[in-house]
Amino acid sequence: MSTTLVSRSERPPAAAGPSARRLTERAFRIRESGIIVVLAVFVAVTASVQPRFLNITNIQFILINTTVFALLALGETMVVISRNYDLSVGSVLGLSAYLSANLFGQHHGIPIVAVFLAGLGIGLACGLLNGIMVSAGRVPSLVVTLATLYIFRGVDILIVGGKEVVASSLPSAFLDIPKATVFGIPDLAIAIAVVIGIGAYYLRSFRSGRELYAIGSNPDAARLAGIPTGRRVFMAFMVSGAIAGVAGVLWAAQYGTVDSTAGTGYELQVISAVVVGGVAIFGGSGSAVGAALGALLLNTISSALYVLGISPFWDQAIWGFLLIVAISVDRFISVRLTAALRVRGARHE
Amino acid sequence: MSDRLRSALRWESGLALLVLIIGVVGVTVSAQFLTSNNLFNVGLSYGEIAIMTLPMTLIIISGEIDLSVASILGMCSALLGVLWAKHWPMLGIFALIAVVGLAAGAVNGLLVTRLGLPSLAVTIGTLALYRGIATILLGPNTVANFPATYTNLGVNAVPFTGNAMTYSVALFIVLAVIFGVVLHATPFGRSLYAMGASAEAARFAGIRVKRNKTILFMVSGLVCALAGVLWTFRLDTAVQNNGVGLELDVVAIVLLAGVSIFGGKGSIIGVVLAVLAFAGLQSALLLTNFNQEAAGIVTGALLLLSVFGRNAAALSGRFRKWMPARPGREPGHPAADPSPIPPTASTPP
Repeated sequence: MSTTLVSRSERPPAAAGPSARRLTERAFRIRESGIIVVLAVFVAVTASVQPRFLNITNIQFILINTTVFALLALGETMVVISRNYDLSVGSVLGLSAYLSANLFGQHHGIPIVAVFLAGLGIGLACGLLNGIMVSAGRVPSLVVTLATLYIFRGVDILIVGGKEVVASSLPSAFLDIPKATVFGIPDLAIAIAVVIGIGAYYLRSFRSGRELYAIGSNPDAARLAGIPTGRRVFMAFMVSGAIAGVAGVLWAAQYGTVDSTAGTGYELQVISAVVVGGVAIFGGSGSAVGAALGALLLNTISSALYVLGISPFWDQAIWGFLLIVAISVDRFISVRLTAALRVRGARHE
Repeated sequence: MSDRLRSALRWESGLALLVLIIGVVGVTVSAQFLTSNNLFNVGLSYGEIAIMTLPMTLIIISGEIDLSVASILGMCSALLGVLWAKHWPMLGIFALIAVVGLAAGAVNGLLVTRLGLPSLAVTIGTLALYRGIATILLGPNTVANFPATYTNLGVNAVPFTGNAMTYSVALFIVLAVIFGVVLHATPFGRSLYAMGASAEAARFAGIRVKRNKTILFMVSGLVCALAGVLWTFRLDTAVQNNGVGLELDVVAIVLLAGVSIFGGKGSIIGVVLAVLAFAGLQSALLLTNFNQEAAGIVTGALLLLSVFGRNAAALSGRFRKWMPARPGREPGHPAADPSPIPPTASTPP
């Protein structure tokens, strides 16, 4: 390795061998445990002031509120890791929430599974459009999904008009989905945790999952290395769309009332959760578990403010502040990590 | 260079044609389209958005983005309401709002340039932060009853314009001339193109990239503060969600204008034409009883059309511009550099 005449500064840090990889992995684990620590501190402080915060109803409430966001964050994570953005998730959620919940009113006795499949289908169709335009059209995803954010929402508004789906038109079995619990833990939260676990495993251990990281780190290099970048990015958008579609059905089950504004503005909240969870906004690093923790943290903060009797109007300012802190920390870690890897690389020569 | 100039001109002439078509269609669908009354109303509705597109243009040309514009508008509007309710003198309020706008921009600019954070993530963070401050300031309250001298902005037209031109439009025209001259005819303005094409090269050429970008964000903050004041007076209301979501409209118009999302390309003439196209289209739709809220479909479609139209150029370097952390090959201009191999690869060992 050190026989070639490669100057120290030109040498890529990753070439320093397994110890470098261990250091990198440790850094990311520290980043993720950082969220857990912040979360724990928040919970501890809130609970010491107001013990009611830790009662089972409140925890269930937080978990249920997190499910939709954590799910959306999973899809967004895949997209962001590949150095793309999906700004249309809120609009896809809104479209799917109305169209699928409306099925109950139009087809009496329709099985709930069929409604979920309808939501999935709507999401896939939206993801398909985004994915085709981004990967085949070679147009920046920020612009494409900004456009489809408007278009999907506009279609939603044209379909819905001034109408709304009300809870009384929905079967109680459907509305009970978010309420079911096992040993006090909502079924839904468990199901979502499993889905996120699968997603995290896929991203970490499957070849096509790893390739998303490669694409996000350096799209040109990934292409030259023979990775089908277009197909991978397309798939990431399909998954994100599908997830937003299913999340829309869950949203309908959770709130019961669906009009044309469902999910408005969710895109920025989801991206915030993903970034707070340690997924780099320019792709190439981060994990699905981190993103889910980010969503959990943001929801816990909202709930903590509520329990502490602090006006919910502080909510948004705190999350914005947290987002800026998170990206500053990421930047700090990455600068230190690069420096550390360079030193190690030099030592190994 | 002349190639690029030619392609830019072609884009702008395309836009001019689009504006013309929209005008003709507008007149045919409704006799009211070109009446002074309608022009006045359109100007009222889109004046603030139009004003905010100007600094956004400069920021995107320099390779950054500012998603916090609508939140700065909202924060300044809330501040105006709170201070007016406390019986501050109006001139004092204006001075303070100007300072707050500049400070809000400075926070964005310093985080981006001094900490080296990506502007996309920073301004999503400050989007939440500034909107959060607006909600903290006002809570659920609404402040109205501003003095008629000021709220007449939303009622009276500029003299000698046949009751067709609002003060916000007049201000937009004045600012467009100033921004146009600064962008196209001063060293500062030209330096923005250099920074957008390659921040690294610009720095080596002696351009003070960090200082100039900070100035841009501060100007953006100031202009958004001004837009906030206009917005508040024309509606005679300060509420915490004034102008929420406008950032997407502003970005959509700037991209429609042919400003490249990767930086380095665009013109003020294009932006003025895009504003006309956007406002004209929305107005035509309104006059045809099209569901106004669904007009986003058309905005989104225009946006897609604009990117697919210019697809060929500037796509090779996805989002490099917002990544100060990763020095690498700057996106090539396919017209000038057809070779897919980065020049660094051919350096002899």
